[in-house]
Amino acid sequence: MLNRYPLWKYLLILLVLAVGLVYSLPNLFPADPAVQISPASGGENLSESQLERVQSALADADIPLKSTERDTNSVLLRLDSASDQMRARGVVDGLLDDDHVVAVNLAESTPSWLKDLAASPMTLGLDLRGGVHFLLEVDMDAAVTQRLEVNASAMRETLRGERIRYRNTEIDGRTVSMDFMNAEDRDEARNLISRDFPDFQYADAEAERGATLTMTLSDQAVDEIQDYAINQNLTTLRNRVNELGVAEPLVQRQGPNRIVVELPGVQDTAAAKRVVGATANLEFRLEARPDTPDQETETLEFRSSPRTAELMRDVIITGDSVSSATRSFDENGRPQVNIDLDGTGGTLMNRATRSNIGRNMAVVFIEHKTNDRTVMQDGEPVVVRDPYTERGIISLATIQSALGNSFRITGLDSPTEAAELSLLLRSGSLAAPIYFVQERTIGPSLGQDNIDRGILSVQIGLLLVVAFMLLRYKAFGVIANVALGINLVLVIAAMSMLGATLTLPGIAGIVLTLGMAVDANVLIFERIREELRTGLSVQQAIHAGYERAFTSIVDANLTTLLVALILFSIGTGPVKGFAVTLSLGILTSMFTALMVTRAMVNLTVGGKPLKKLWI
Amino acid sequence: MRQFDFMGKRRLAFTTSAVLLLIALVSLAVQQLSLGLDFTGGTLVEVSYHAAPSLDTVRQTLEAAGFQDISVQTFGTADEILIRLQQAFDPDVGQQVTDLLRASGDQVTLVRAEFVGAQVGEQLRDQSGLGMLVALGMVMLYVAFRFQYKFAVGALLALVHDVILVLGAFSLFRIEFDLTVLAAVLAVIGYSLNDTIIVYDRIRENIRLSRIDDMSAIFNDAINQTLSRTLATSGTTILVLLALLILGGDMIHNFAVALLIGVGVGTFSSIYVASALLLPLKLQRTDLIPAPKENEDAEELP
Repeated sequence: MLNRYPLWKYLLILLVLAVGLVYSLPNLFPADPAVQISPASGGENLSESQLERVQSALADADIPLKSTERDTNSVLLRLDSASDQMRARGVVDGLLDDDHVVAVNLAESTPSWLKDLAASPMTLGLDLRGGVHFLLEVDMDAAVTQRLEVNASAMRETLRGERIRYRNTEIDGRTVSMDFMNAEDRDEARNLISRDFPDFQYADAEAERGATLTMTLSDQAVDEIQDYAINQNLTTLRNRVNELGVAEPLVQRQGPNRIVVELPGVQDTAAAKRVVGATANLEFRLEARPDTPDQETETLEFRSSPRTAELMRDVIITGDSVSSATRSFDENGRPQVNIDLDGTGGTLMNRATRSNIGRNMAVVFIEHKTNDRTVMQDGEPVVVRDPYTERGIISLATIQSALGNSFRITGLDSPTEAAELSLLLRSGSLAAPIYFVQERTIGPSLGQDNIDRGILSVQIGLLLVVAFMLLRYKAFGVIANVALGINLVLVIAAMSMLGATLTLPGIAGIVLTLGMAVDANVLIFERIREELRTGLSVQQAIHAGYERAFTSIVDANLTTLLVALILFSIGTGPVKGFAVTLSLGILTSMFTALMVTRAMVNLTVGGKPLKKLWI
Repeated sequence: MRQFDFMGKRRLAFTTSAVLLLIALVSLAVQQLSLGLDFTGGTLVEVSYHAAPSLDTVRQTLEAAGFQDISVQTFGTADEILIRLQQAFDPDVGQQVTDLLRASGDQVTLVRAEFVGAQVGEQLRDQSGLGMLVALGMVMLYVAFRFQYKFAVGALLALVHDVILVLGAFSLFRIEFDLTVLAAVLAVIGYSLNDTIIVYDRIRENIRLSRIDDMSAIFNDAINQTLSRTLATSGTTILVLLALLILGGDMIHNFAVALLIGVGVGTFSSIYVASALLLPLKLQRTDLIPAPKENEDAEELP
């Protein structure tokens, strides 16, 4: 019979509706300001006794705790207000040592029965809700020193190639100085080096024994290095934040040497902080031969055992040459990182390993860290940061054959470490170490007034559409409007399930897709009217209207969906967020227009002997 | 029902399009887009109040003093305020802002004033641009596959036409172009494509059904048949956009403007650029006849 659905279709629609309702529900519960404590990379979770100390310290500071939650790798302290949150963070951070990362967070308050169904609310974007704000400082001096080290290494390489004997290289500020046996060697070296390194100002100095060449970076070169460092760090941080899966973050330069990272209410701020601030990198170096002169070697410890090894000072390549990295497990179930090198990195690696088969090569893990000390200066407490670098060997293995572009690294502590290391290598390393100087929650970037007006305008816009549909299509308008409401619930549910971030343009985008969703119904209803005019019976007209409008709707929506999918896969940040909203809107509107309204039409007028349609 | 002779007026429409495109392109070339804080960066000022101020008052005070594109946020506590301005950084801006805020009698101290860089990095900009090109290419392929390559050319030209006109309007009237407007431009692409395909679909259907070879008459019929739908959809969308424009406040204002222009231009272009262009492209019945089975296939789907 015309215009009847089989039972399973009604059930399917009901099921989708029920799922949509459940997963859109968590958005009705607001989030709490919270402080999250989690272990630093690879450490132990907070113990019960430490937690008790934290709780009593908070009680002493007169900060009321709403609740305390712990799970396998973090502890969450919920608080009543944002100002309590800031104070609590200070108290807790002061109490715990470096083994723990203390971060402010916005904790969702979804009831547990919904959580059991893995339902969680949409994250509201930085413009609507705010989030966490990290201010990072780039260590500009270290950027210059690192560049000088690389240059010095290349200079030594050149000198060795020309068999010019040098004794010692020293780096101080922006100056490299090199000692030679005599003035002739130095002059020859100066001629040789100054051709390849035009950024330096060269000067001779006579030493007691032999001669010294000092090379100082020009101001312009220093500016360039620092500019490069901060831009490279910006790119790297953007990559990292995107790898974290945080939609709609903000990463921007602030002042000459700082970078702001703002994340909308991320679930695990502690993890975000660890990844954003991580300065881990790798170095590949050869083990020293017994007869290598002392000034060319460096003794480093292993990370996992108290052994040490003598390594060459010269670095074959660093993590910067890595083009991609993934984590996996070796045959024994130990974590490993698979590495692919870029072109130049591969060549360097191949050249170094080819001529050194049988020698040992070390993989060195480097991390830049700081010790914060508070000292009194002019009666004010000032935080002094002492940067230091930790280098540890993670593996030392014999070179069996010449290595190419891809190989793997083992010897890592834990799967988490392997995952984070591969993420860091993938997103590019930092050109200079960075330090957290400030961490705050930040309010919505749109004023409350603007948000209220935005939401009001959206509501009125929706009402206008509803009224328009009622006036134009009467009874069928009611059906279209019910479908519109269902569509809205489904979009919200889908966005919540995907963990998408909602911003004001996103809301406007949803309203727009709702406007376009009406389009599908308009197409169908206009077609039914047309068929009625050509003299078809009521039931035939409904059937034909849906059938004939079908290809139009599918073609139009599929093309738009195609655009959205491509924008999603290639675009980043806001473009991606918009693409998500648009694709979900298209999918749900196709479902509601083609299935839900049809079901309602079938239920109400389907198969009934009507003479006239109220359309 | 009254029939409008859309195709008869196509020369006038082509001329109008060409003139508008020319104006848009010249404006884009000469004065570019006035990019917003998201793209250019500006100045950040952090101030500390003695007692929590009203953020809206702060914003209004600064706007009244002539600062542009202002975002005001609480920072940590309610007494600390972070202000971002689209204003080239100079060392006095911080003090100017603080003085302005003090004028209303509040106790305000300046914590810091620094320049901030763009939120949109060059890499992101390049990637998004590439994304758009790939998206356009795929749409062409899809339309060529579902319809015919002449349709693909028409749809692509209509899209490019719409995007250039929206961008041109923003450039000509010096309306600020920020990430929200970028989202609107993407939405215009979606909308315009939707509109074009609906009209194309009807044209295809009519070509297969009709016995005459007068393409111009077939197009007119198709456009007239979809006209009530076009007006109803554009009408509802414009209703929503007007609500956003009038009531939505500063932040959605430019978004709504971009979309209003886009919907208007998109409706026009689906008729005159996308459809009417099929005439000079010499679309013939034989271009569509080799695939007569498609409609039957569609019939079997739910």
